[in-house]
Amino acid sequence: MAGADRLKAAIGQTASAAKSPTAPVIVEGGVPLIFEESSPGRRGVDLNGGAASAKHAIDLLGSKLCRTDIDGFPELSEPQVLRHFLRLSQLNFGQALQLYPLGSCTMKYNPVLNDEMAALPGFANLHPHTPPHLAQGALELIARMEAALAEITGMDAVSLAPAAGAQGELAGLLMIRAWEEKRGRVRRKVIIPDTAHGTNPASCTLAGFEVVVAPSGPRGYLEAAEIRRLLSDEVAALMVTNPNTLGMFEPEIQQIAAVLHERGAMLYLDGANMNALLGVAKPGDMGADIVHLNLHKTFSTPHGGGGPGAGPVAVKQHLEPFLPHPRIVKRGEQWDFDRDRPDSIGRLRSFHGNFGMLVRAYTYILAMGGDGLAQASRHAILNAAYVRKRLEEHFPTATREPTMHECVLTHDLDQRTGVSTLDIAKRLLDFGVHPPTIYFPLVVHGALMIEPTETESLETLESFIGTMERIYDEAIQEPAMVKSAPHSLKLRRIDEVTAARRPVLRWTKR
Amino acid sequence: MRFIPHTEADVAAMLQTIGVAELDDLIAHVPENLRTSAAIKIDNGRAEAEVATELATLAARNPGATGFTSFLGGGYYRHYVPAVVRAITARAEFSTSYTPYQPEVSQGTTQAIFEFQTLIAQLTALDVANASMYDGASAAAEAILMAHRVLPKRHVIAISRALWPDYRATIRTYLSALDTLELVDLPFDFATGETDYAALEGLATDELLCTVTGYPNAFGVIESLGKIAELAHRAGALAISVTAEPLALGLLKPPGELGIDIAVGEGQSFGMPLQFGGPGLGFIAGRTAQVRQMPGRLVGETRDSEGRRAFCLTLATREQHIRRERATSNICTNHSLCALAATAYLSLMGRQGLRELAARNVELAHGARAALETAGIRRRFSGQCFNEFVVAIDAPKAALAAAEQRGMLAGLSLSSDYPELGGALLISVTEMNTEAEIKRLCGVLTGGR
Repeated sequence: MAGADRLKAAIGQTASAAKSPTAPVIVEGGVPLIFEESSPGRRGVDLNGGAASAKHAIDLLGSKLCRTDIDGFPELSEPQVLRHFLRLSQLNFGQALQLYPLGSCTMKYNPVLNDEMAALPGFANLHPHTPPHLAQGALELIARMEAALAEITGMDAVSLAPAAGAQGELAGLLMIRAWEEKRGRVRRKVIIPDTAHGTNPASCTLAGFEVVVAPSGPRGYLEAAEIRRLLSDEVAALMVTNPNTLGMFEPEIQQIAAVLHERGAMLYLDGANMNALLGVAKPGDMGADIVHLNLHKTFSTPHGGGGPGAGPVAVKQHLEPFLPHPRIVKRGEQWDFDRDRPDSIGRLRSFHGNFGMLVRAYTYILAMGGDGLAQASRHAILNAAYVRKRLEEHFPTATREPTMHECVLTHDLDQRTGVSTLDIAKRLLDFGVHPPTIYFPLVVHGALMIEPTETESLETLESFIGTMERIYDEAIQEPAMVKSAPHSLKLRRIDEVTAARRPVLRWTKR
Repeated sequence: MRFIPHTEADVAAMLQTIGVAELDDLIAHVPENLRTSAAIKIDNGRAEAEVATELATLAARNPGATGFTSFLGGGYYRHYVPAVVRAITARAEFSTSYTPYQPEVSQGTTQAIFEFQTLIAQLTALDVANASMYDGASAAAEAILMAHRVLPKRHVIAISRALWPDYRATIRTYLSALDTLELVDLPFDFATGETDYAALEGLATDELLCTVTGYPNAFGVIESLGKIAELAHRAGALAISVTAEPLALGLLKPPGELGIDIAVGEGQSFGMPLQFGGPGLGFIAGRTAQVRQMPGRLVGETRDSEGRRAFCLTLATREQHIRRERATSNICTNHSLCALAATAYLSLMGRQGLRELAARNVELAHGARAALETAGIRRRFSGQCFNEFVVAIDAPKAALAAAEQRGMLAGLSLSSDYPELGGALLISVTEMNTEAEIKRLCGVLTGGR
């Protein structure tokens, strides 16, 4: 785009607005797209030995193999690029800056040291094909991390390979399948409660299992009697999150495990809510055969705007032979990869997992220690219980049962004044608070799922509580104002419906 | 504990408000036998300085990271990461945010993803790319599943044996439970190192679902994607390309221009450190008509209530949190911060820089290949290469050990993954290598002249 066009874009018009099927692009207050800031001939990097033409390389390859241009690619100077992204960063909320009580996501403080340790040259510059004897420090870290997670979960063996919780789920389910096949059995059903995260049923489909939905009991938890009723010789496992997505510890989990094991089925525990359980109850002791963890939740690795995370999967001994590659083994004093694993479900991805996230989580575990981890869960539970108690008048929980590290609140504002949960969430933005998870779990009307985490202070919680109370009053006195929130940000409410109806998924030259 | 703010007085006041006497009363409903055995037998927490020392000690035990001249590639590549990229990804507004469920306070993330999607689409010359996947290998597996949603009645997947072993293994795992799908290995031509296209002709029936080929492939060889796409299309199937070294797309003909339907790959080369193999990112790009079959997150352009441009997650009805067991994939997150690194990296490199960097890699690698041939070390394949290539070498293990003695990681032996090749070494040369290092490589591999 030429300079004059850029100027027009900046003041709210585009050169081709008349031809455009949509309204003119207004970037006032926003940041132009990197492509709109581009000017032919600018560069943001100088290569060793200075600029060079590609001619020699094209001669070497033959022009038939080569492209002539990368159509539309941006051209900016280094300071322009930095400014572009720093300005973008200012349009984000982040846990380091705001309360971010997103339920089931465990947005706790991400210690700064974690990132610094991952960036140590001995880790950052380590090529995945480095011969193991020259990467003993990395393999030792993997071994220690496996041992720590086994201890924390009460399980026997851990694989750090899965890139995310959903991949950990896939690994766990494929292990169940492999175990079944090894015994010449074909069980193709998995029971999942109606409150489960969406990844659970989606992972089941990918692993070739059919989902049987278990309704929660009237008090919000799973009853052993109901599981017994749903069990058959076709059921391979129950997949359950504990604490469940209502924030409740499943009180009958041990009886459920026993019922499952009696019928030759397994207990898969989704460890998404492990931040409630550190030093409180171990999945292994509950009778779990498999549990996966999310290092980006409980173990403080940054969420990164939606990843990368890591989703280690831990198993009891009978499933150890089926764990995914790679596995490490100590031979004498040296760690090495164990390639002789005939029963393994195979690889989930290339190389050795999201190693950089393992370094961060290990740094966190060392900093916290066994005592600190136990304190973390207790304070996470304390914070959630406090918010629940203080908000109960206007935002009661859906259940009267005790809750753990998060609570799911409901309200009657939609019937009284037409203010919805979404409106409340958007109004929270005006007060510099990231909203809780909303409308999940589906079984709670207008759900607000709040997980403060242990790293938020009493002052921050009080401020949040005050804000929620204020919004409640506003919803009664000025519902229209709440319904049109946010008001204080650079953008007003964003139209997500049109985005889906007429998808524009990339920039194109006008 | 420094991450936990409550004072004893805070705790006491909060407990009083809640109406219990002590902290453990809040977990009294957890069965007692579980609580009794729940203690975590890990050493107590430590000061930051102690933790930093412990990690530095572990890092120092990875001499392979810092003390060697390296020619390692094979799926992850050594490239310089500009300081600006780190400065951007280190911003807590990006790194400590989560999935942009609330677009009004996530425009930084959503706009960067929109830019990422555009850059990948431009690079692959395809219509649309998603917000990123976990890595190249799982993206390849997801591409096959996507192809199957487009063509549900077909079941034969022709995978080149010259695709990276890790990728083929990942695909096998992802498809292992889907009994109706059949994986067929396409052999490679021992002379050129390209996929044996004649073998594909035998599979070109109405059962063929898709072809999967590396570009460049596991031998560094640039496949004739156009030929593969034509054969696949003639059978009514889809053609998938897989690129582990995306820098190659800075100079090579883009997959979309060669008829490829779905282009996937690994993005680590674009501003992510090696980090022992992760996290990097997977990318996936395809045609607009098939976007509803795509896995993973997508960001789209929209407006706020006053008509200003904005960006948000979109087409979520494909995804697990809405569609549950009928979702296009179980993937929930993307590798957003890695996608941000790639977006910043590609913005810096730009139209000229990326092309020049790709060219520099070609010049150095071709120079190294020629120098090795002059020194008597034969190239294994005649096929054209980008920045890595295979040489024939009698005893790769001994050669690598000797090189290591002289401070060099001379390449990756292919003997265990491709025994049919005999002694073979994959050598990767990037802008991180110098002419002097290449000269030394020749000396080391010819027995230490």
